Amino acid sequence: MPRKPLEVDSPLEFLAILDEEGLVDESLEPKLSQDLLLKLYRFMVLGRRFDERMLQLQRQGRIGTFAPIKGQEASQLGAVAALEPRDWMVPCFRETAAQLWRGTPMESVLLYFGGFDEGGRIPEGQKDLPVAIPVASQLLHAVGLAWAAKYRKTDEVAMTFFGDGATSEGDFHEALNFAAVYQTPTVFVCQNNQWAISIPRSKQTRSRTLAQKALAYEMPGIQVDGNDVLAVYTAAKEAVDRARSGGGPTFIECVTYRMAMHTTADDPSRYRSEEEVAQWARKDPIIRFEKYLIAKGLLDSKAIEAMALEADSAIQQAVKRYEELSQTLGDPLQMFDHHFEQLPAHLLEQREELRRYLKEEEEETRHA
Amino acid sequence: MPKMTMVQALNLALRQEMEKDDRVVVLGEDVGVDGGVFRVTEGLIDRFGPDRVLDTPLAESAIVGMSIGMAVYGLRPVCEIQFSGFTYLNFHQIECHASRLRHRSQGRFTVPMVLRTPYGGNVRALEHHSESREAFYAHMPGLKMVIPSSPRNARALLVSAIRDPDPVIFFEPKAVYRAFREEVPEEEETFPIGQSVLLREGRHVTLITYGALVRPTLEAAERLSKEDGIEADVIDLLTLSPLDDTLFVNSAKKTGRVVIVHEAPRSYGPGAELVARLVERAFYYLEAPVRRLTGFDVIMPLFAREKAYFPNPGRIARAVKETLEVAA
Ligand SMILES: Cc1ncc(C[n+]2csc(CCOP(=O)(O)OP(=O)(O)O)c2C)c(N)n1
Repeated sequence: MPRKPLEVDSPLEFLAILDEEGLVDESLEPKLSQDLLLKLYRFMVLGRRFDERMLQLQRQGRIGTFAPIKGQEASQLGAVAALEPRDWMVPCFRETAAQLWRGTPMESVLLYFGGFDEGGRIPEGQKDLPVAIPVASQLLHAVGLAWAAKYRKTDEVAMTFFGDGATSEGDFHEALNFAAVYQTPTVFVCQNNQWAISIPRSKQTRSRTLAQKALAYEMPGIQVDGNDVLAVYTAAKEAVDRARSGGGPTFIECVTYRMAMHTTADDPSRYRSEEEVAQWARKDPIIRFEKYLIAKGLLDSKAIEAMALEADSAIQQAVKRYEELSQTLGDPLQMFDHHFEQLPAHLLEQREELRRYLKEEEEETRHA
Repeated sequence: MPKMTMVQALNLALRQEMEKDDRVVVLGEDVGVDGGVFRVTEGLIDRFGPDRVLDTPLAESAIVGMSIGMAVYGLRPVCEIQFSGFTYLNFHQIECHASRLRHRSQGRFTVPMVLRTPYGGNVRALEHHSESREAFYAHMPGLKMVIPSSPRNARALLVSAIRDPDPVIFFEPKAVYRAFREEVPEEEETFPIGQSVLLREGRHVTLITYGALVRPTLEAAERLSKEDGIEADVIDLLTLSPLDDTLFVNSAKKTGRVVIVHEAPRSYGPGAELVARLVERAFYYLEAPVRRLTGFDVIMPLFAREKAYFPNPGRIARAVKETLEVAA
């Protein structure tokens, strides 16, 4: 009767390519086209500046609560850049940069966080699901989409995003398990940004890494420097290629940091130190990628400035469109739209009831 | 007496019960160091330590399932689910275990736990943060379902809920959390679960409501009295299950006319149960059809349009007048 170590292989790795100074490990450096490199940089800058603008708008009361992405640009964009347009992207609520990359207009993001249901609309043909607020609930949808892709004999992949906190929910474990059992072409991208609101990663799970959770489900797992866009891209590309060629799911843990508040309703000074934030600020994903691109001769200060200006003007236009749209979208009767293909009688009746209330309220204010 | 917001009053209830009874433990997401995202549990971890105030990992089913185990073994867990929109993840634990363990074990095991959760809209929140699904829980046998409406009754009811030998779902109207202050006595105060209250007395019509809509309903009653000489009985249910129907049935017998106000969607909502009780127990006294003024049967709109969704004092007053216009 033996008592011996179980044979569980650990293919787990940690991957970093570009360090904090922008120095690259040439043996690991992916061969990316100039276009892709510059596009990644452009979207990182756009994501950052859009986030900053949204924070201003929120503070001015022009949009509502939202979840900032500052610090997580490399995790999101490195991952999503490995997808083709025909693949699926299933976000949670902190994937603004990834959404923009996939083609969601900035004004949709503004509309959604501005409290307009229209913001949830995904442009025709773009294979993304809308933002998912209930933590970890969306992972299973990515498994279902991937299963359907396999069933339909396409070579499409579904990639889903979530945080470190999400790995505690039952849905997370159910999703990994199903994906592994059915060998679905799913890529799980965990943005381990160290905090789930006030709960640090160390109190979320005893596991030393999140990547190792993949082992329990017998799927490849990898931990990457999530502030290194080259490392994230490399891991994501390997995962996507494997999924596309029938190799099943992968779990990627991006080690990154949420530099701002959890959402604009949160006060991080209650639970974390300024020093911690400052430490991570030195690992900023944009600065190091910029240094790398400059060293490669792809960027100079003039180009950097031009891209920032270009981003700002696109943001400016989107904000303007959002404000114009929000003026015209006032009609509350819209709340009855898109529940069923055909509005049932009781809803028609209730819609009429609301129309009457609104009219009476309007008259009341006119007389007042 | 100090004046408190509902958040402070709930905090007082938790603090005093924890001081009095070391079986009381608090658990949930962000309830410790952060003091809860609405600050209801603020300061408890400093006072009682992390063994009695558990910052849990992010898993609602685990929080509730674990509370059930704690309660079975004689503790008095008070768990917080951050928003009622996330209680669906633990619904199964409530339905299949918390609500029926006493019966399933034929009295051998009981589940004296409280599940606290903020519910309802009108705070410009994100998706899933504004809906009212109290009917799910009020519909469930073996469960008590409480919804306070003011700082003082929230405190008194939470103390009663913690001491209750059975599982209590405690829905906190987050629109009321900081909307106003009320005097709350420092010394202990309880209020019986399963009892509603008459907030205002009148002879023409009965208004029945609860939670965040109590104040708009009172405002409507005030307006009707001043502007139209219409006097309303206003009843705050406070407990949806078990439902105290004596008070509102008697009131309906007196006035003959009833308007029910709630923010939950109409179909199969709490109002439907009230109408049924009225028909069963006061049918021959009713002089007009019972009117339900409620949220609509739609997915709660995001906040740019949420105001239009809720019954407001103007709509309540009009519904009352229309009900009074029906000839007896
Ligand atoms: C099921 C569920 N429970 C609770 C919440 C409230 N909530 C929103 S975000 C969050 C923390 C999420 O942490 P993590 O998964 O690490 O992602 P991050 O927000 O850090 O990106 C919580 C508790 C929610 N949205 N969904």
